[in-house]
Amino acid sequence: MAYLQILVNGLVLGALYACLAVGFSLVWGVLNVINMLHGSLIILGGYLTFFSWHSYGINPLVALPAVALLLYAIGYLIQLAIINPIVTQPVLTTLTLTFGLDLILYNFMTVYYTATPRRVTLDLGIVDLGGIVMPVDRLLAMGLALLLTGLLYIVMRGSRIGWAIVAVRMDRDAAALMGIRVERIYAITFGIGALMAGAAGAVFAMVYPITTNLTGTFLGKAFVVCVIGGLGSVPGALAGGLVLGIVESLAGQLVGPQHALTVGFVLMLALLVVRPTGLTGVRGYE
Amino acid sequence: MTMPILELAGVGKTFGGVQALRQVGFALREGQIVALIGPNGAGKTTLVNVVTGAQRASQGRIVFRGTDVTAQRPFQAARAGLARTFQIVQPFPRMSVIENVMAGALFAGAHARVADARSAARDELEFTGLAALAQRPASALTLAGRKRLELAKSLAMRPRLLMLDEVNAGFNSGEIDGALALIRRIAARGITILIIEHVMKVIFSLAERVLVLHHGELIADGNPAEIAGHPRVIEAYLGEKFARRVRELQANG
Amino acid sequence: MTARSWHYFLFGAWVLALASTPLWGGNYVIRLAITIAMYSALTLSWNFIGGFTGYPSFATAAFVGLGSYAGALTQNAGAPMLVAWLIATIFAGAFAAALGGIILRLKGHYFAIGSIGVVEVARLVTASWGSLTGGGDGLNVAFLPGGPDVVARTFLAAMIAIMVAAFAVTVAVDRTRFGFALRCIQQNEDAADMVGVNTTRCKIAAFVLSALFCGTVGAAYASWTGYIDPNESFSLLMTIKVPVMCLLGGAGTVLGPPVGAAAFTLLEEFFWANFLDYNRAILGAVIVILIFFLPGGLLNIPRAWSRIAGRRRSRKAPA
Repeated sequence: MAYLQILVNGLVLGALYACLAVGFSLVWGVLNVINMLHGSLIILGGYLTFFSWHSYGINPLVALPAVALLLYAIGYLIQLAIINPIVTQPVLTTLTLTFGLDLILYNFMTVYYTATPRRVTLDLGIVDLGGIVMPVDRLLAMGLALLLTGLLYIVMRGSRIGWAIVAVRMDRDAAALMGIRVERIYAITFGIGALMAGAAGAVFAMVYPITTNLTGTFLGKAFVVCVIGGLGSVPGALAGGLVLGIVESLAGQLVGPQHALTVGFVLMLALLVVRPTGLTGVRGYE
Repeated sequence: MTMPILELAGVGKTFGGVQALRQVGFALREGQIVALIGPNGAGKTTLVNVVTGAQRASQGRIVFRGTDVTAQRPFQAARAGLARTFQIVQPFPRMSVIENVMAGALFAGAHARVADARSAARDELEFTGLAALAQRPASALTLAGRKRLELAKSLAMRPRLLMLDEVNAGFNSGEIDGALALIRRIAARGITILIIEHVMKVIFSLAERVLVLHHGELIADGNPAEIAGHPRVIEAYLGEKFARRVRELQANG
Repeated sequence: MTARSWHYFLFGAWVLALASTPLWGGNYVIRLAITIAMYSALTLSWNFIGGFTGYPSFATAAFVGLGSYAGALTQNAGAPMLVAWLIATIFAGAFAAALGGIILRLKGHYFAIGSIGVVEVARLVTASWGSLTGGGDGLNVAFLPGGPDVVARTFLAAMIAIMVAAFAVTVAVDRTRFGFALRCIQQNEDAADMVGVNTTRCKIAAFVLSALFCGTVGAAYASWTGYIDPNESFSLLMTIKVPVMCLLGGAGTVLGPPVGAAAFTLLEEFFWANFLDYNRAILGAVIVILIFFLPGGLLNIPRAWSRIAGRRRSRKAPA
C-alpha cells in the first residue's frame, strides 16, 4: 500500500513538473532557444497570483487566466523585440541573451517582492481514498496542471496556429515557403511558453511556498523533463514530467529525499547518452 | 598481375527495408580511370560512402591496397589514401580557400607543420587554377569554384584513389571541358580515378572502363563501346518497353 | 608588429598590471586582480572546447569543484600545497577524459544539457558523500601562514601563473595542427572527418584541456579561502558566467577570453559597488546589449562597426 501512496505522490508531483516544463520544451523545440528566463517566469506567475489573493482577495482560480494572459503578452513582446533579431544565432548566444534577461527579471522580482517564501493557503482539507492520503489542494493543483497541459495539447493539435507551430518546428524554411510568418509563430510560441510558465507558477503557489530562490530549481526540473520526454512536444513533456515525479518520489523513499534530486539528474544523463531524443523518440510530435 | 588498388567482394548495404547495394564486386587497377554510371537511385553514392567508411557495409569485403578496410571510419580512409568529392560541396564555411585546402594537406596529407601544409595547399591551388582566390572566404565562391576547391582539397590529401561524385553537375559545356582537362591532369599524376557521372561526353572521352549500377547491382563492366550497346544497360536506362523497341529496330537494320 | 606580437605584448602588459597591484592597490584591488586572473584562466580553459571546437560546455563548475575537493582533501592528508594542486589538476583531467568519451557523442543542445547535468550530479554526490567530503557542512583547509598580505600576494602570483600557463597552451594550440583540427570540427564536423581528422580523439583532448586548469584553479581557490562547500564549489552561476565572459570577449580567439573575463568582472564589481540593489539587473542589461550588437564579442568591434557602417551607407545609396 505504501508504494501506491508513493506512486500517487509521484503522479501529483509529475503533473506539476509536466506543466512547468511544457512551455520550456516548446520554446526549445521550436525556436531552438534555451530560455533561461523560464524559472523566473514561473515565479513571477506565482507571485502575481499570490499577491492578488493576499492583497485583493482574488481567488487564485480566477487570477490564473489573467496571470496567464499577462505573461503571454510579456513573452510575446520579449521575443518579438529582443530575441527575434538574433534567434538564428547559435545556442550559446541565445542562451546568454536569455540569461541576461533573466538577471534583470530576477533582480526586479527580488527587489519588488523580496525573497520571502509566499504561498496561497487554501484550506481545503485532506481526502482519504482507501488508504491513500492526499491534501485536496494538491489534488486540485494536479488537476489544474493536467487541464492546462491538456488544453495546450488541444490547441496545438486542433488549431491552425498549433499546426503552424509544428510546421515551423519541423522545418522552418519549408514553413516559410508555405506562407507561414515564422517571426509571428516564434513570438506566439514564446508567448505560449511564458503563459504556461506563469500558469504553472500560479498552480504551484497554491500548494508550495515559492520564492525567487527557486528559479534555478524550476529551470533545472524543466531541463530534466525535456531530456526525459523529448523536445517540443506536449505528450513528451507530460511523459517526462510524470517519469521525473515518480522517480523522485520513489528515490525519496528509497534513498532519502536529499538523494532524490541526484537520481533525477543521473536518470537524465543516462538517457542523454542512450537516447538523446527522449522517450517520445524522434524530435517528434506524435 | 599486380595487386588491384581497390577490391570489392559481395558488398551489400541495407537501410531498414531497402537494399541499396547487392552483391557488388569489382577490382580497380592502379592508374585506371573508371566511370561509375547508373540511373538515379542506383546506389552510386552509397557505394562511395561505403568504400570511404561514411557508411558501413552490411555484407561483403572491401580491400584497399591489400588492407581490409570494410570497417574503417572516414578519417582512416582519408589517411590511407582514399579521397572523394561530394555532390553537395562541403567546405569549411568560415575559412578561406587556401585554409580549406590546407585542411586536406594537414591531416590526410600528413603534413605535420602548418607552414608545410600551406605551401602544399598553394601548389594544389595552382594546379586547379584557384591561386588567385586563395584568400577569399570559401563561401564566396561560385559553384564552379567550389567544385574546384573540393578537387584541390582532395588532391592536398595526397590520395591514391580519388572518387569524384558528379563533379560536372550544373556545369555548362565550356565548364565541362575545363573539368575534363583537369581530371586528365590529375590522372597523369598517377592517381586512380573513379568518376560517378551522367554526362556521356565525360564518360566516353575520359573513361577506359565503365561500371554500371542498377538497383544496387552491378549489371555491366566493360569499355565504353561495349557498355553503350549492352542490352541490360539500355534496359536500365530506357525501361523494358523501349529497350525492346530498340532491339527490334536494330534487328530490322 | 604582427597580430601575434600584439597578442603577446598586450597580454604581457596586462599580466604586469595585475601583478603590480600589491604595489599601488589595497586589499580590495588585489582581491579583484586575483578574481580577474582566476576567471581568465577559467575562460581560457573553456575556450578550448567551447571556442575552438564549438561544443558549448557547461561543465566548468564540475571541473573546478572536483579540483577544489581533490586539492583540499590531498592537502588535508598532509601533502604540500603545490603537490595537492598538481593532483587536483590531474584528477580534473582524468575525469574529463573519462566523461568525454561518453558525453562528446552528443551534439549542440544535448551536449550543453548533459554538461550541466554533470555539474549537478557532481555537486549532489559531493554533498551526499559526507564521510569523505564533509557533505553540506563543507570542508576546511589549513590556512597558509604569514598573514593576510603574504596570503594575498601568494595567491595573486598563483592565479596569474595559472592564467599565463593557460594562455601559453592557448597560443600553442592556436598556431598548430591541433588548433586547426578543432576549428575544422567546429565549422563542419563531417567534413573534418572526411579530410582525415580523428574527431573523437581531438574532441576528447580539447575537453581534457578545458578541465586541467579549472582543476588547478579550484585547488588554489580552496587553499586560498580555507573553506569550501558543495554549493559554492559547483556553482551553476559560475558555470554559466564563464562561457558568457568568453563569448563577450570573443570565443575562439586567443585574447578574447582574458578580455571578456576582465571586462565582465570589472563591470560586475562596478555595478555591485555602485548600484547594490539593482546590480544584477544592470549586469543583465549590459549582457543583453552586448549580445545584441556584438554577437562576435568585444574583440570583433572593428568588424561590427564596418557592418553597421556598411548598412548605413547602402541605405543612403541613390535609388
